[in-house]
Amino acid sequence: MELLIRRKFANKVALTLSMLAMGFGLFWLAWILLTTFELGIAGISLDLFTKMTPPPGAGEPGGLLNAIVGSAIMVSLATALGTPIGILAGVYLAEYGRHTWLGNSTRFINDILLSAPSIVIGLFIYAVYVAKVGNFSGISGVFALALIVIPVVVATTENMLKLVPDTLREAAFALGAPKSTVILKVTLKASTTGVITGILLAVARIAGETAPLLFTALSNQFWSLNLNEPMANLPVTIFKFAMSPFKEWQQIAWAGVFLITLGVLGLNIVARILFRQKHKN
Amino acid sequence: MNDTSQNMMMNETVAQLEAQMAFKSLDFYYGKFHALKNVNLEIYKRHVTAFIGPSGCGKSTLLRVMNRMYDLYPEQRATGELLLDGENMLDRNVDVTVLRAKVGMVFQKPTPFPMSIYENIAFGVRLHEKMSKSLMDERVEWALRKAALWDEAKDKLGQSGMSLSGGQQQRLCIARGIAVKPEVLLLDEPTSALDPISTMRIEELIGELKEEFTIAIVTHNMQQAARISDYTAYMYLGEMIEFGVTDQIFIKPTMKATEDYITGRFG
Repeated sequence: MELLIRRKFANKVALTLSMLAMGFGLFWLAWILLTTFELGIAGISLDLFTKMTPPPGAGEPGGLLNAIVGSAIMVSLATALGTPIGILAGVYLAEYGRHTWLGNSTRFINDILLSAPSIVIGLFIYAVYVAKVGNFSGISGVFALALIVIPVVVATTENMLKLVPDTLREAAFALGAPKSTVILKVTLKASTTGVITGILLAVARIAGETAPLLFTALSNQFWSLNLNEPMANLPVTIFKFAMSPFKEWQQIAWAGVFLITLGVLGLNIVARILFRQKHKN
Repeated sequence: MNDTSQNMMMNETVAQLEAQMAFKSLDFYYGKFHALKNVNLEIYKRHVTAFIGPSGCGKSTLLRVMNRMYDLYPEQRATGELLLDGENMLDRNVDVTVLRAKVGMVFQKPTPFPMSIYENIAFGVRLHEKMSKSLMDERVEWALRKAALWDEAKDKLGQSGMSLSGGQQQRLCIARGIAVKPEVLLLDEPTSALDPISTMRIEELIGELKEEFTIAIVTHNMQQAARISDYTAYMYLGEMIEFGVTDQIFIKPTMKATEDYITGRFG
C-alpha cells in the first residue's frame, strides 16, 4: 500500500515537472508569436507586396516587394542546388557507405557542417567567391544558403532511408532487382514523405537565415533580378530596417518578421502533417 | 501387382525424384563463425522440402545460400557448390539477379512494397521481362489466383499493398514471388507471424504450388513440417543430421538426435 502511494506521488511530481517545463517553453514561444503578430500585422498592406523598399526618410510608405522576390529567388535556387546533392549523399550514406571508412567520415563531417554557425558559412563563401569576384551578389547568397541546405537534407535522407527495414530491401533483392532499382523504386519510395519533410525543414531554416547573406548577397534597395549584383532579401532588410531610427522602416521590418514567421510556421506545419500521414500508413 | 505395373511405379518415382538443386560440401561463414558445415543435400523437383531444427542451427542460412541473399553482406561467404539444374550457382560469374529470378523467396514477416497491389506484382515481372499492359494484367491475375488472393484483391488492385491484412499481405508476397515464374520458391517461416486461419490457407497453398514449383520451407512448427512437406531435413549446429522422406523422419528417424528433437525431448 505504502509502495502504491509512493509511486503515485513520484508520478505526480514527474508529471508536474514536465508540464512546467513544457509551459516554460510554450510561454516564450507564444510571447514571440504574439509580439510578432501585434507589431507585424499593422504593417501588412497592399503596399508591402507591391512597392520597393523605401529610401531613408522618404516619407512615403514603401514595401518589401524586392526583398520578398529576392528571398524567394535565392531560397528556391539554393534548395534546387542543395537538394539533389543532399539526397544523393544521403542515399550513399544509407545504402552504400554504412560501415565503410568513407561513409563514416562523410557522416562525421556532415554532422559538423550541420551544426556549423551560419555566419561561418557566410564568411567562407565571402572568402572563396565574393572576395575573388570582387562584389556582393545574389548567386553567392545562393551558394551560402545551399551549403546550409545540404547537410540538413543529407541527414534527413539518411535517417529516413535507415528507417526502411532491411527485410523490405531483401524482399526486393530476392526478386532479382539490381541495387539501383531497389533504391529508386523501393527504399526511396518508402521514405518519400520523410525526405520531403527534410527538404521543407531545410527551406524553413534558410528562409530566416541572415548571417550567411550579410557577406554574400548583402542587400539591395532597388529591384534587381541580376544574380551577379547584390540582391534584396527579407532577413537582411529586416536587420537593417529594425536597427534604423526611422519609424516607417521599423514598421516594415516588423511586417517582414511577421511574413517570415508565418512562412516558416506554415512550412513546419506542412512538414508535420506530411510526416504524420506517412506514419499512419 | 504384376511386374510391369510395379516397374512403371518405380519409374515414376525415379522421374519424380529429379534433383532441382543440390548442395555439394557446402560451408558457410558469418565472418569467422562457421555456420554451415559440409552440407550435402538434394532438393527434389516439384516437391516440398522442410528444414527443421532448433534456432541457430543454420536452416535459414541454408535458404539464404540458395538465392545468394548473403551476397548483400560482405562479411558472409560460402564455399563448396550449389547446383541449380546442374550449374554451380556459387560461381563468381553467375548473375545473381538471374539466379534470384529462378529462385524466389518469401520471408517471415510480410513485406509488401510501398506501392499498389498490382504494382507489387508487376515490379518483379518488369525486372526480367518486357510485356504489354494486357499481358501484364493477365500475369498479375494469374499470380493472384495462384496465391489464392484474386477474389479478395481483384476489386482493389490499385490500393496500397499495405492496406491488406497480415495473411493477405503474405499471400501477396507469395503471388509476387511466383509472378516472376521461378523454378524454386524459398519460404522462410512464412506463417510464423500469422494467425491459425491464415496459416491454414498458406499451407493449403503450398500443397497446390508444389504442382508447379520446387519448394523449400524453413519452419519452427514440427506439425507444419509433417503436414505439408514430402521431405524433411533435420539440422543441428550447422550440420545436416538427417534427411529423408517426411513420414519416415517423423515416424521412424534413424538418428537418435532427430528423434529427440521431434519428440520434444530437446530443442
